[in-house]
Amino acid sequence: MSTILEVRDLSKNFGGLHAVKNVSFSLKKGEIVGLIGPNGAGKTTLVNLITGVLKATSGNVIFNGQDVTAQRPFQAARSGLARTFQIVQPFPQMTVLENVTAGALFAAGASHRRQAEQQAMEHLEFVGLAPQALRPATSLTLPSRKRLELAKSLAMNPKVLLLDEVNAGLNTSEIEQALTLMRAIAARGITIMLIEHLMKVVLSLSERILVLHHGELISQGDPQTVITDPRVVEAYLGSKFAARQQGVAPTAGVAHV
Amino acid sequence: MKTNSSTLPSTTMTRAKIFPHLIFAVWVAWLTVMPLMADNYYIRLATFVCMYGSLALSWNFIGGYAGYPSFSTAAFMGLGSYAGAILQKAGMPMILAWVCATIFVSLFAALVGAAILRMKGHYFAIGSISMVEVLRLIASLWSDLTGGGDGLNVPIFQGGPDYAARVFFYSMLVVMLLAWLTTLFVDRSKLGFGLRCINQNEDAADMVGVSVNRYKTIAYTLSAVYCGSVGAIYASWVSYIAPTDSFGILLTLKVPVMTMLGGVGTVYGPLIGSALFVLMEETIWAQFLDYHQAILGVVIVLLIFFLPGGLLKLDYKKLFKRKTTSHTQARRA
Repeated sequence: MSTILEVRDLSKNFGGLHAVKNVSFSLKKGEIVGLIGPNGAGKTTLVNLITGVLKATSGNVIFNGQDVTAQRPFQAARSGLARTFQIVQPFPQMTVLENVTAGALFAAGASHRRQAEQQAMEHLEFVGLAPQALRPATSLTLPSRKRLELAKSLAMNPKVLLLDEVNAGLNTSEIEQALTLMRAIAARGITIMLIEHLMKVVLSLSERILVLHHGELISQGDPQTVITDPRVVEAYLGSKFAARQQGVAPTAGVAHV
Repeated sequence: MKTNSSTLPSTTMTRAKIFPHLIFAVWVAWLTVMPLMADNYYIRLATFVCMYGSLALSWNFIGGYAGYPSFSTAAFMGLGSYAGAILQKAGMPMILAWVCATIFVSLFAALVGAAILRMKGHYFAIGSISMVEVLRLIASLWSDLTGGGDGLNVPIFQGGPDYAARVFFYSMLVVMLLAWLTTLFVDRSKLGFGLRCINQNEDAADMVGVSVNRYKTIAYTLSAVYCGSVGAIYASWVSYIAPTDSFGILLTLKVPVMTMLGGVGTVYGPLIGSALFVLMEETIWAQFLDYHQAILGVVIVLLIFFLPGGLLKLDYKKLFKRKTTSHTQARRA
């Protein structure tokens, strides 16, 4: 598999604070990678750097073979680098359909409004929001808003999708649905980077996991290796979680967690 | 996708969508034939209706669609007046002077816009209003070019007052129609959609691929184009311009209020609001000259409290229902 996104020695300082420090990793085409770490580890900052919301202090972002470190968010969106927001960001006075149409029209380069609406409708069907298409975006419940956010970023026809805590605030059954949805997205060949606190979600989806702590990448690799890494256990997971993982599923692997 | 064709909010012309256009067509037709029978007073009034209609439609691009509270209207109109007047004085034919003034103001707006649109909200509002003041000072101080505080005389239009009144009225009408056509185009285009996205959530708009700075600059420039034309026509019409009249703060406040009265971000809101405003001003407030500005203040406050969406966004069905139900309730009691 070829590399689609590569981050090289990326750093961001806010004054004296090193929010992201010399982070390097790469995503391969079609991969699902989890990004975990404690609150304030710099996960969202990293996403903001990759999508051009923030300017990197040093380092490079290579996307699809091109250096895109200096690009603006709208350029990132057009090149196929889409993201969702931790705090959902709909266009409040628009309908659900119009929200998704915006993604298809401006990022995916639909030639006209009607075509964009058709594409948007397909994405709404995909995430299960088609019945609410004509309702105002603000009338949706939180889980539906998260789906809207997903549909919007899918409509942007992304090559890489950065999902910033799309599952935060959802209950167990809603998470199950979200998992199914994310697997379906991955099956389309879209590379996904998953920023997540729910280890259940991370472990059941990710092929690889990156761990960020105090802005530094302290561990990366396949899930089993990462969750047993003593530095990760100390910084984020805690010894109880590690013991449980070891005790419950030492041989069954992580797929059933 | 089976539901596509049925659930898509089609852009087909329904009766409800044609209706406003019909009313507008009748209104324009009436305005067109009106000078054949009316006297110069009414023609003058109609010229103001078209003039403010153009200004309100212009403001709507940046203030309504993009949601940026611009107070640059007077700056653009004043600049148009001076550009047109200076060119005409230099011997340029009137209509050519109008066109050149329009182009000049548009270029000016595009350049200034690229800088001042980096500000948002209150900051942008103050930045845009300060432009009016700066231009007024330049016009007062650069006496060699602008005549300074003495103002500038524009060559008087030949052919008598009756003929002149009609020429300037039809010119303003044409500008208003052009502004309306541009609005119609923007409203249905990708540009209009992108501006609405910016209006509602600028960061999210950026994230879905809207080239935010470019779109805002286009909207700001569009808000200047017809102000420039109106200014140049106005200068030829009144044949005398001075810094304080041309760069009036009151004008820069009135135009957004007119648009808000009708309904911001709609095609017909600015037209309805400006026409109503001009007619009310002429029939009611003109009787109370001392309180004129106080009344304007009251109108603004009432608008903000009771009509935040403007007349066009009122739910008349609901309003009507509430009234009828209260009637029936009253009857029951």
